[in-house]
Amino acid sequence: MLDAQRDYVLRTVEERGIRLVRLWFTDVLGNLKSFAISPAELENALNDGMSFDGSSIDGYGRVQEADVLALPDPNTFEVLPWVDSKAAEARVFCDIAQLDGTPFEGDPRQVLRRNLEAARKLGFVFYIAPDIEYFYFAPPAGGRPTPLDEGGFFDLTTTDITSSLRKETIRTLETMSIPVEYSFHEDSPSQHEIDLRHTDALAMADSVMTFRFVVKEIAAMRNVHATFMPKPMESVQGSGMHLHLSLFKGDSNAFYDSHDPYNLSDVAKSFMAGLLRHAAEITAVTNQTVNSYKRLVPGFEAPVHVSWARNNRSGLIRVPVPKRGNDLATRIELRSPDPACNPYLAFSVILAAGLRGVAEGYDLPLEADANLFEMGDAALAKLGIDQLPQSLNDALKVMESSQLVAEALGEHIFEWFLRNKRTEWRKYKTHVSQFEIDTYLRSL
Amino acid sequence: MTAAGLLAVFPEAPGIDVARTLDLSGYSWKGVANVETMAKLTPTSGWAGAVVSCDEDPEGGWAMCRALRRLERPVQRILVLITGAQVGDLEVRDNLFEDFQLAPFHPRELEARLRHMFYNELIAPSTTVVEHAGLRLNLETYQATFGGSPLDLTFMEYELLKFFVQNPGRVYSREVILSEVWGYEYFGGARTVDVHVRRLRAKLGEEHAHLIETVRSVGYRFGSSKWSG
Repeated sequence: MLDAQRDYVLRTVEERGIRLVRLWFTDVLGNLKSFAISPAELENALNDGMSFDGSSIDGYGRVQEADVLALPDPNTFEVLPWVDSKAAEARVFCDIAQLDGTPFEGDPRQVLRRNLEAARKLGFVFYIAPDIEYFYFAPPAGGRPTPLDEGGFFDLTTTDITSSLRKETIRTLETMSIPVEYSFHEDSPSQHEIDLRHTDALAMADSVMTFRFVVKEIAAMRNVHATFMPKPMESVQGSGMHLHLSLFKGDSNAFYDSHDPYNLSDVAKSFMAGLLRHAAEITAVTNQTVNSYKRLVPGFEAPVHVSWARNNRSGLIRVPVPKRGNDLATRIELRSPDPACNPYLAFSVILAAGLRGVAEGYDLPLEADANLFEMGDAALAKLGIDQLPQSLNDALKVMESSQLVAEALGEHIFEWFLRNKRTEWRKYKTHVSQFEIDTYLRSL
Repeated sequence: MTAAGLLAVFPEAPGIDVARTLDLSGYSWKGVANVETMAKLTPTSGWAGAVVSCDEDPEGGWAMCRALRRLERPVQRILVLITGAQVGDLEVRDNLFEDFQLAPFHPRELEARLRHMFYNELIAPSTTVVEHAGLRLNLETYQATFGGSPLDLTFMEYELLKFFVQNPGRVYSREVILSEVWGYEYFGGARTVDVHVRRLRAKLGEEHAHLIETVRSVGYRFGSSKWSG
């Protein structure tokens, strides 16, 4: 199969007149990295990998042996649809390996592969469908973000440039093997949501990387700035990346049980229990910026509490009602992650938390169907419902003592991530904000 | 499955020499009684060609040729059978046929004329090119086109589409597709097939997504069945 895949890629490069092949990979913070090779180098790259100096990549640097290998994954080879066909370009995602061929511990894609392999040993395939929100703004010119439209949820703003941008984005995504389920204008001005159809977690992490790139690229072509910043404007709802999750065992949905009132199997329930019990530990990874925690506040449809419910959007996990009782569509929706996360690492810790629940047979706490936003802390405490970490600092403190996250990420990334994010927090802590100037400068 | 696909033959019960020549040369064909039944029997992929006898019912025969040329997928490869006395009729009807055969004929002459008419399709009996409803896959260069424009596919999407195009009109379960396309050792389960079908549909575009039809609780069918229509 591998040889056939390589032949397919090499032949396509020749037939389509590809001039450049872009090798894509991801740093620890989730930034897309790329270097281009000529078609002549591709055959070598497919067989032996391309070596490069990893020390300049965030989270890759090591004291000795800075060189690493980029191994193209031929099944991710795609012609880039927005590039002029006279000088056609293609991209291929890479796994990063050490020079001796063993997986490089600083590569997020390898981390996800390792976690998926653990699930596979239990017979599970992890499927994910994300709902990704983002904003279109006028190009940032040092000031505040400027929305391009004033539309609300589901508004028909047909004449808007942002709607045509979204349409063009979807067309491009679909020609790149990323089918779109729904798309609409979100609540906030200039905010949009695109929901992707489910795939296995590795393909989806690649798709999220491609998605962010395509959204930004297509916007930039029209001089518009697209952003996945979790909370760009304080007065309106932020951008989340709700994840619809399911585990399949062979051809059947391991989350489905026809005898349960909610059609949830024991596997689904203990997976949810795992996510709830370890929610605080994995939050620094699923919500990795200082700004992420300004989204996770009451009043904006973002989760604040560690709870679950069938139809309560204030909880961490929602259990959507599948269409026509379709057993294959039974799934849970994790609502805390934001689109600025590193999808490979986020999917890794989410899977690890859920599987811990399955392995140890955690009991699912009672459903919290009341609107938690309206309950006081005391009442919540009585129900045993905690809050998600309130800041990046809080999240890092919990993560630091989590064996689960350390194992899921591996020591290399675990330590680098904590170090990098503590630095981010320190910088933020010493920053004197406009809020402080406005509040204290005159009165104190 | 012959490389030529399905031929329309008029009249519904053609002369025994015509029927025998077609059968012995390995063509699949269907007799059509008149223009209406021909239209009803037309496969979604269109007729690959036609053999129209004008010797006994010239009016019906030429009407059939005209109708075949006006189909949504016009039939180019039409061979008409005429008598020597009808040669003059050809003069004003050059737009209605590709080749003609004078009756009575020797079966080997008709066979040779048919082979020549379908030369382009028969040129590579191992079929390095497979086509269906505007989709064209070159199995040698791995390139797919749709309506003449290139279709960019990942390797597994290409392999799945190849399977469909080579096996049109039949329903296959996810399990069969998985083992045929991915191989038995593949771990992902039959959901993998659904994921790739969705990607293919998205790439084919909204108006052609129906080419890959979901057959509820069974699996998938590419294109419609030839005979059930």
